[in-house]
Amino acid sequence: MDENVHVIERYERAWIVFGLGMIAVFIVLIGYLMIANRGTIPISAGRVDATQVRSAGDFANPRVEQVGNEYVVYVQAFAFGYLPTEIRVKAGRKVTFNITSPDAQHGFQIERTNINPQVIPGEVVQVSHVFRTPGEYRIICNEYCGIGHANMVSKIIVEP
Amino acid sequence: MAVRTLSQMDAYAGAPEKKYTLYMLMLGFIALMVGTLFGPLQSFNYGGLDLYPFLKPVFQNYYQGLTLHGVLNAIIFTQLFGQAIMVYLPARELGLRPNMTLAWVSFWMALIGLLIAALPLLANAASVLYTFYPPLKAHWAFYLGAALFVLSSYVSIYLALEMWARWRKAHPGQITPLVTYMSVTYWLMWLLASLGLVVEVALFLIPWSLGLLDGVDPLLMRTLFWYTGHPIVYFWLLPAYALAYTTLPRLAGGKLISDPLARLVFLLFLLFSVPVGFHHQFADPGIAPYWKFIHTILTMMVAVPSLITAFTIAASLENAGRNNGGKGLLGWIAALPWNNPTVLAFLLGFLAFIPGGAGGIVNASFNLNQNIHNTVWIPGHFHLQVGTLVTMAAMGTAFWLVPHLTGKPLVARGMALASQWLWFIGMFIMTFALHWMGFLYAVPRRSHIAGSPIAMEAYRESAAWMVLNIVAGVILLIAAILFFYVLYATALQSRREPSQVMAEVPFTEVLSKAEGSSLAQLTERVWFWFGIALLLVVLAYGPVLFQMFTHMNPVPGVRLW
Ligand code: HEM
Ligand SMILES: [Cu+2]
Ligand SMILES: [Cu+2]
Ligand SMILES: [Cu+2]
Repeated sequence: MDENVHVIERYERAWIVFGLGMIAVFIVLIGYLMIANRGTIPISAGRVDATQVRSAGDFANPRVEQVGNEYVVYVQAFAFGYLPTEIRVKAGRKVTFNITSPDAQHGFQIERTNINPQVIPGEVVQVSHVFRTPGEYRIICNEYCGIGHANMVSKIIVEP
Repeated sequence: MAVRTLSQMDAYAGAPEKKYTLYMLMLGFIALMVGTLFGPLQSFNYGGLDLYPFLKPVFQNYYQGLTLHGVLNAIIFTQLFGQAIMVYLPARELGLRPNMTLAWVSFWMALIGLLIAALPLLANAASVLYTFYPPLKAHWAFYLGAALFVLSSYVSIYLALEMWARWRKAHPGQITPLVTYMSVTYWLMWLLASLGLVVEVALFLIPWSLGLLDGVDPLLMRTLFWYTGHPIVYFWLLPAYALAYTTLPRLAGGKLISDPLARLVFLLFLLFSVPVGFHHQFADPGIAPYWKFIHTILTMMVAVPSLITAFTIAASLENAGRNNGGKGLLGWIAALPWNNPTVLAFLLGFLAFIPGGAGGIVNASFNLNQNIHNTVWIPGHFHLQVGTLVTMAAMGTAFWLVPHLTGKPLVARGMALASQWLWFIGMFIMTFALHWMGFLYAVPRRSHIAGSPIAMEAYRESAAWMVLNIVAGVILLIAAILFFYVLYATALQSRREPSQVMAEVPFTEVLSKAEGSSLAQLTERVWFWFGIALLLVVLAYGPVLFQMFTHMNPVPGVRLW
């Protein structure tokens, strides 16, 4: 029995070392990928008064703006839809989204991309992405926002 | 021979803590039963089948049901199970009785809190889901009831620590017995972890819902919620781990491999459970990317104790299987007592925990998380953990614990076995489907898709997976009916036969003991480690919370359901 315990303890140490090694590899990989894809990391682009979003400032005028070779989009996510109702951009160009909400929290997941920020009233969230493949991409609200949550689906049209 | 007419009084006269434990446990299972009833309805929803129109007179909408499901299963049931197990096991191990007055105070606080919160939930006045993110604003009774319920756990913290202190006074210089050590670290972890929720609800949400505050800062509320929201999963999980370490090996016919390593596991949970909450806020603005990375590293650290547990439990089970005559590389598995419903529940629960743990590492990996954040992948993930291992550990333990507490033998053992197989199979199918629907088609969680033609059109490509959800919903409904039948038929029968049931808690023996182990000595300095845990929290949360508290941007409440 005693001998057995020692054998087990050896395996046990090996397993822990393996686990720690695996975790170290993961951490390095994650750090690398975060830096390599930093545009998709949601960051703050300032704060607003949620009660004024519909009446004043950039979000009272939701739009796609072309700035040089890039796009800047101002999106209002509200219960239960998105403004502008349709977003059109050209493939291969950087698109920067600024999003906020006048009411509750919402989601803004663009399918087949890593764009998936949390939209929080009072906060402007910013993410950016280059659409390589032309086509239609659904935008999905994936944060519970009330009775119409499931209807909150919109789209981005990426033209060649 | 068996005493047939043992009166209610006699049954608990010598052990009033048994009655306390039974009440906590049964209240938890009643919550689980009501909460679980909505589960199949949700599975059907993700199969495109909407049964809510038929419930309309009683339940107004999907989100009311989902709130009940989340609150009753994940907040109420789990805490009550912890309050039962993590007070009763140390009491038995130490041979001490908890302060019975306070024990009943904790029970009544929990029950009254639950009833207060239940009223607005049943009236559709608090359909804000169990995360209750502002600015969605529920009726004040919801926050007040929830607060009272959670505060009852603070009484349990005191009960456990007080027994420990009493024992230490009588046994100076000795190493704390294993289950008691687990209980103490568990409750201290919860003391530290619950602070976020308590501050959020007591300082902000209650005054806000009463109209004393015009608004609250939704980002700060999220941050406080997830400060508690990650470690709460260990609050759910650790009673199952404690039972797996200290009773499962014995029930399976073997011994626990290592006592000091088990202590290390609980100590690591005390240290690393809390400072990781930003991994639920990877998608949030207002938390800098480097803070998200720091919490990612700490999150990976908290995988270590679960990796150790996987090894220790597997090795202890192998020890059991070989004791039972199992031979060869895998023969020990077949030699485990699969026909013991408790052992079966744990074995299947741990089997599901393996993909669940792997999925957890995916969720913690920032760029992968972006693909699955708030999709049905997430409920797919945690039903493998809390919905399978934690719940099955509780169900499996009830199969011996209820008889042990009441003196009433388990009825319908075959049904008990069937309930666990079906629960496992149903959960496996459901979580499999939800993972793929979330990952491949970005199907959102918490979404009444079956009631929305727009949604059904948007996610039609996932139709094949949807069928699996319906199948799983039916299987899980049958599993739940079988389990609750066994539970109530056992607890409510009039027959008491103490000689037929386990008289003692089946505490396991260990191969590698704590005595003489330097690791055990090191883990014994609980207050020192608690200080380190506190320091880690201050470092990992302090600057961000300070910034948020000093720059609040309040938003008024809305009711959108
Ligand atoms: C019959 C068994 C069960 C079934 C069929 C089931 C099914 C589901 C489904 C399909 C969802 C996703 C709903 C949505 O996102 O709209 C869900 C959510 C959830 N379930 Fe279960 N479940 C069961 C048991 C449990 C158990 C035992 C627990 C915990 C102890 C649990 C905890 C949760 C939680 C916390 C949520 C998240 C609620 C939210 O998003 O607000 N479930 N369940
Ligand atoms: Cu929304
Ligand atoms: Cu929504
Ligand atoms: Cu977490």
